[in-house]
Amino acid sequence: MKELVVLSGKGGTGKTSLVAAFAALAERKVLADCDVDAADLHLILRPKILRVEAFEGRRRARIVADRCTACGVCAEYCRSGAIACHPSGNEAVAKTYRVDPLACEGCGVCGLVCPSRAVEFGSGRDGGWYLSETRHGPMVHARLDPGGENSGKLVTLVRKRARELAEERHLDLLVVDGSPGIGCPVIASVAGTDLILGVAEPTLSSQHDLGRLAGLAAHFRIRMVVCLNRADLNPEIASTVERWCRARGIRVVGRIPYDPVFDRAQMQRKSVVEVGDGPAARALRDVWQATLAALETPE
Amino acid sequence: MRIVFASGKGGTGKTILATNLASVLADQDHAVTYLDCDVEAPNGHIFLKPVIASREPVAILVPEVDEVRCTRCGRCGDFCPSHAIVCLGNAVLTFPELCHGCGGCALVCPEKAIRETPRTIGEVARGASGSIRFVEGRLQIGQPMSPPIIRAVKRHLPRTGIAILDAPPGTACPMVETVRDADIVLLVTEPTVFGLHDLTLAVEAVRKVGVPFAVALNRVGSGGDGVQRYCAHANIPVLLQVPEDRRIAEVYSRGDLVAQHIPGFDGRMTDLFARLRAAVRS
Repeated sequence: MKELVVLSGKGGTGKTSLVAAFAALAERKVLADCDVDAADLHLILRPKILRVEAFEGRRRARIVADRCTACGVCAEYCRSGAIACHPSGNEAVAKTYRVDPLACEGCGVCGLVCPSRAVEFGSGRDGGWYLSETRHGPMVHARLDPGGENSGKLVTLVRKRARELAEERHLDLLVVDGSPGIGCPVIASVAGTDLILGVAEPTLSSQHDLGRLAGLAAHFRIRMVVCLNRADLNPEIASTVERWCRARGIRVVGRIPYDPVFDRAQMQRKSVVEVGDGPAARALRDVWQATLAALETPE
Repeated sequence: MRIVFASGKGGTGKTILATNLASVLADQDHAVTYLDCDVEAPNGHIFLKPVIASREPVAILVPEVDEVRCTRCGRCGDFCPSHAIVCLGNAVLTFPELCHGCGGCALVCPEKAIRETPRTIGEVARGASGSIRFVEGRLQIGQPMSPPIIRAVKRHLPRTGIAILDAPPGTACPMVETVRDADIVLLVTEPTVFGLHDLTLAVEAVRKVGVPFAVALNRVGSGGDGVQRYCAHANIPVLLQVPEDRRIAEVYSRGDLVAQHIPGFDGRMTDLFARLRAAVRS
């Protein structure tokens, strides 16, 4: 089985629109949405959810106010800045300490250092993941609760389930929609994948962030190809990006023009290749063919 | 006054608005500090073109085991929730790239065999762009954890004047870390299906954090009116609407400030600031 992950560094360059088009064009595949804290692919593919599972990101600390003596040792040792003094106390002391559940990383150090055993840990639900059927085949997706922790763990879980699903159904391709950035969820989505498709646009911002993504791909020794979206927005920068890619042995698999059809398709909850056969749709077909060729022929 | 530009969806225009607002306010003699907290993909420097005066590494503390003192009791591994230190028979292995730097292993070690050593995961650059104070965090490529870098950037928040923070996209911990203790968060979105959906997630996140927020709508005319209807229904003020305009995208593409090239944009930024200030006061 081959696995493709679509990334960009900079957000909003068109990852999900591309993956939606690939969903319509690719055969015998499983889709996975690994942009777990702002998942959008389901808005186009309108999945029928077959199975829902809870996701437990990590445990969280809670200070039992009745036992807290307000000594402050926990706050001193907490390196996440998650513990703060709270003005309302208990019978013994005028103030106590409290844990901000959004900042708590669940490391457990506060529990270790508390002389009054006032810290308890509860496992928190941080979201859920879904196994679904779409008009373009099976899909695994997820929702990290807003403000939720440990997106990397959820990404790893989604990819694992998607791979299992592909094996069960004897499908030989996994297409993954990734997150912007180059941090925790992106690293979790590239580990052991076959190919990264970097979606760039001809802007200095996107060029800069693509450079960081290429650095990440090199760091983890993962092959990358690039396509340019809204390529005609600035032809000069488009050429610079392409030259930059070639100089680093990164294949450019196509240019997609700036076209309001992207917004129109989204409003109809369809992918660009499903609403017509204009220049953007044709370019997307070419990009898909070239990406597939890169996936199937190792360099 | 701390203003954070955030969004659920990426690429909706956080950096355009943050850098243009910073520039317009600085031209009006306000004391402005711009802090780029999008440490995975920091782009503010492209538009503000700062002169960087200093770069400081940001490190987390990771364990180093004294093999002589260590009795292989395994308590460090039992404690570590990130599986960054493991005791296997006769060896203790550490995986610094998994370590969150909580310091728990050193605390539980009965032999005091664990020493914590700094491991660089990124840097904070500081400088100036005209009269704008500029602070940027940058996660080192290959490192997963951005919150410690964001915390390091926020240590340079000014005590007075206007602080403009550019947040990372999404609704997970890096976004939460940036919007905490904001006076107001401006959620930048676009009128597309994705823009609306991710706005609702971002609203959920800032509500959990408990900070005041409002919406800025970019590229008006490119989608439907779903965002306006949602905001009206949820009683969320829309403080700015920028029309879909290819010229803005072109100015942006070459790294220029829109306010310096498109007439009227500076006025929009001035109005936005007045509305932000009024929203903070109420």
